[in-house]
Amino acid sequence: MTTIENLPNAEAERPIGFGRLKRKEDARFIRGKGTYLDDIRLPGMLHGAVLRSPYAHARIVSIDTSRALAHPNVVAVITAKDLETLGLAWMPTISYDTQAVLAGDKVRFQGQEVAFVIAADEYSANDAVQLIDVEYDPLPAVVNARKALDPDATLIRDDKEGQRDNLASPLWEAGDEEATDRAFAEADTVVTRDIIYPRCHPAPLETCGMIADFNPETGQLDIYNGNQAPHAHRTVYAHVAGLAEHMIRIKTQDIGGGFGNKVPVYPGYVCAIAGSIVGGVPVKWIENRTENLVSTGFARDYVMRAQMCAKDGKITGLRVSVIADHGAFDSTAQPTKFPAGFFHIVCGSYDLEASHVQVKAVYTNKAPGGVAYRCSFRITEAVYLVERMVDALAREMKVDPIELRMRSFIKPEQFPYETTTGWTYDSGNYAETMRVAMELAGYEDLRREQAEKRARGELMGIGVSFFTEGVGAGPRKHMDILGLSMNDGADLRIHPSGKAVVSISAQTQGQGHETTFAQIVAEELGIPPEDVQVRHGDTDRSPYGLGTYGSRSTPVSGGAVAIVSRKVRDKARLIAATMLEARPEDLAWEKGRWYVKGDPEKGALIEEIAERAYSGEELPDGMEGGLDAQVIYDPPNLTYPYGAYIAVVDVDPDTGHVKVRRFIAVDDCGVRINPMIVDGQIHGGLAEGIGIALMELLSFDEEGNCLNSSFMDYLIPTALECPDFELGETVTPCPHHPLGAKGVGESPNVGSPPAIVNAVIDALYDTHGVEHIDMPCTPARVWAAMQGRPEPPQ
Amino acid sequence: MNVSITVNGEQVTREIEPRQLLVHFIRDTPGLTGTHWGCDTSNCGACVVLMDGTPVKSCTILAAMCEGHEISTVESLEVDGKLDPVQLGFHEHHALQCGFCTPGMLMTARALLNESPDPTEEEIRIAISGGICRCTGYKNIVSAVRWAAEYEAAARQEV
Repeated sequence: MTTIENLPNAEAERPIGFGRLKRKEDARFIRGKGTYLDDIRLPGMLHGAVLRSPYAHARIVSIDTSRALAHPNVVAVITAKDLETLGLAWMPTISYDTQAVLAGDKVRFQGQEVAFVIAADEYSANDAVQLIDVEYDPLPAVVNARKALDPDATLIRDDKEGQRDNLASPLWEAGDEEATDRAFAEADTVVTRDIIYPRCHPAPLETCGMIADFNPETGQLDIYNGNQAPHAHRTVYAHVAGLAEHMIRIKTQDIGGGFGNKVPVYPGYVCAIAGSIVGGVPVKWIENRTENLVSTGFARDYVMRAQMCAKDGKITGLRVSVIADHGAFDSTAQPTKFPAGFFHIVCGSYDLEASHVQVKAVYTNKAPGGVAYRCSFRITEAVYLVERMVDALAREMKVDPIELRMRSFIKPEQFPYETTTGWTYDSGNYAETMRVAMELAGYEDLRREQAEKRARGELMGIGVSFFTEGVGAGPRKHMDILGLSMNDGADLRIHPSGKAVVSISAQTQGQGHETTFAQIVAEELGIPPEDVQVRHGDTDRSPYGLGTYGSRSTPVSGGAVAIVSRKVRDKARLIAATMLEARPEDLAWEKGRWYVKGDPEKGALIEEIAERAYSGEELPDGMEGGLDAQVIYDPPNLTYPYGAYIAVVDVDPDTGHVKVRRFIAVDDCGVRINPMIVDGQIHGGLAEGIGIALMELLSFDEEGNCLNSSFMDYLIPTALECPDFELGETVTPCPHHPLGAKGVGESPNVGSPPAIVNAVIDALYDTHGVEHIDMPCTPARVWAAMQGRPEPPQ
Repeated sequence: MNVSITVNGEQVTREIEPRQLLVHFIRDTPGLTGTHWGCDTSNCGACVVLMDGTPVKSCTILAAMCEGHEISTVESLEVDGKLDPVQLGFHEHHALQCGFCTPGMLMTARALLNESPDPTEEEIRIAISGGICRCTGYKNIVSAVRWAAEYEAAARQEV
């Protein structure tokens, strides 16, 4: 067993509680000793592979599996017919829609699951997939979301009773339409833009997969599956497969990144489970990269039209209408009551008079999804839109984009602030954070440099964005997913020696929970973080909760861990009172110890109290032994982290290539538990933001063929595309969170794309008149825009 | 077919299909699952190992091509309980989060420092640009490799 103590620097820094503690989980990862899904090999395990549709839309005429079944290493081939007999042909999505596990009637997107082969080894399973003969009758594909509701558009979901068109959910609105009309009527400046947030993909480096291990003798189903919400998945499997929930155990082991992609349940999982239940042996299925890109949860795909207005030099109103492309099955991730997620945070960081938002979701013949890609339920789309609009408005008003933001920000004394679309922002000092970013960037100097370069014919752009996010979903009075409240549990056990084990329902995919959550217990109980073991990722050994996405680990699970620690501390006080022969109210707490007020020498350490709690010695009247506690935390509100980002780009005048030369990010995520981990989260999200702004795109041809089905075509930034990020911080504690923390994981992905695109426009507006370029700002698109041409076909 | 490859100093001989990829050959060897697979197309670098000291993407090499060659994986970095400076650097500088790309990045960094003991930031960025990390934004990987270079320089001076 390797431990962090093997590392020579561990002794040097052992802060109790918050600080730049190096990570506990590193010890296994730097040795190549992490345990990811594919590292698990169970005795007698078989391997699955999926046959996928080559068409975006086609009727299935026939499926002939005989040649595949004749393969010597093939054990079974599952099709929709087989699943129908098990009642598993369709499964519910997280948006109360249904999705075909294996296509029976027709295929509705390219890459859709058609058959599942189970074989002795992975190579044979993939060989046998090629031996299945499927006859298709191709149908016209609906690819463009704007045309999905045309009267002559082919009906995609003819499986749904009463479905007459391609509308995926009813029109959804927020804000006040009449008040918004008034604000626009009274405005002195109005800008209008059509803006697309294109379809992109979280593409974690480890793809999705599962090992299902059903034991026919005991009826126990063990599931090994890297997912971000193991408890919720278990509940879904219990409903879908009709299994008893207490007989299902999900173990997530180490997860090679998630970023939202590992939130949903995928058809391959259900097939692996069905295969194991029928065969009585473990079945492993791991998708390849192409399968990951073409079939699992994509992100964004919002076609937006926005108008923003100003009066007397300040932003006053916003009007937005969106067509949301949800693909063939509505499996977008959002709390039940928010069919457009938290998109209506689109009113941003500004004190508006009014706003109105409407979102229409449509079906298309593309992969289902609409998951967050490091984004709290559509906030990324909202922030991108509002921050592009503010820039457009500033340009129209001929004021500096920072100046317009400064004039329009919600002021510190206005918090808690209710927005025009119904959010209650908790705390903030936006202007201060903006100033810190300007100072760090050297904003005035950058503007001078830009003017000098422009005189020499060089194209340099400076782009700004200011975002407010709502994360940490959420209060049970407002939010649930599939009827499950969005709360999280924590279970803290203090052993007789004073060492602790805390079990949490949050699910790390690299965020460093084993370190951060140990630090929270350490801070609250005054014991070293290395004395705290964090357990997660095993539904049998952790309390119920909804997992990690939407930057909710620290806001929700972090709150749970703080409160459960305080519960233990309160019990420890009563035991200490007995030990010290004092009244509990006469005791005072300092880190790790209760002592008698007025006699500080007289006290009891938490480990002494723990020993007593488990001993044969006397305890307070009526008290149970032990020093454990358990809580479920229901956050009273979302938390609202925010930040000011400035991007500096150089555009090659000959090729349109954009280089992000500098990126300045000042985040205010409230209290920082481990600033090193917070910085790391920000670096990673900024890199993703650069990818989305400049490189990453899932595009389709007119027949619905996905054109970016491998990392050869779906481009992800390397070390050469990323600058040496420059970070700053301000700290405005969250007033309602037990630790004052707000969460940060997604902020950099949310905030960076608009800063980069604003910088590209800033480089090109004065010289080339370019007012807008849709992401990703590839050299071809930028060059075309510079020539005044419409963007090249993708 | 029968193939014999030296993996981390030990000869591994096995009957394989001719089409078997090196990454699968390595991962089929007990205890050696540190070499990861991430993309199929030689883009992500999670599978980087050293072949006779040179970094290669083991998803793009047939095991059969490695007959008689020496392969080093991430598991070879720690010797007698002593971590390699690049491993220490990654821990010191928080150069990993989910850990999935880490073995490939570590092996790439090791090969770089073997060739070029005092690389600039730009040289490090070029060296690791054959790999993808979705978590760190590379900044801390670059500083971790610099840290390891300086650590090794200091160690050489002490000798």
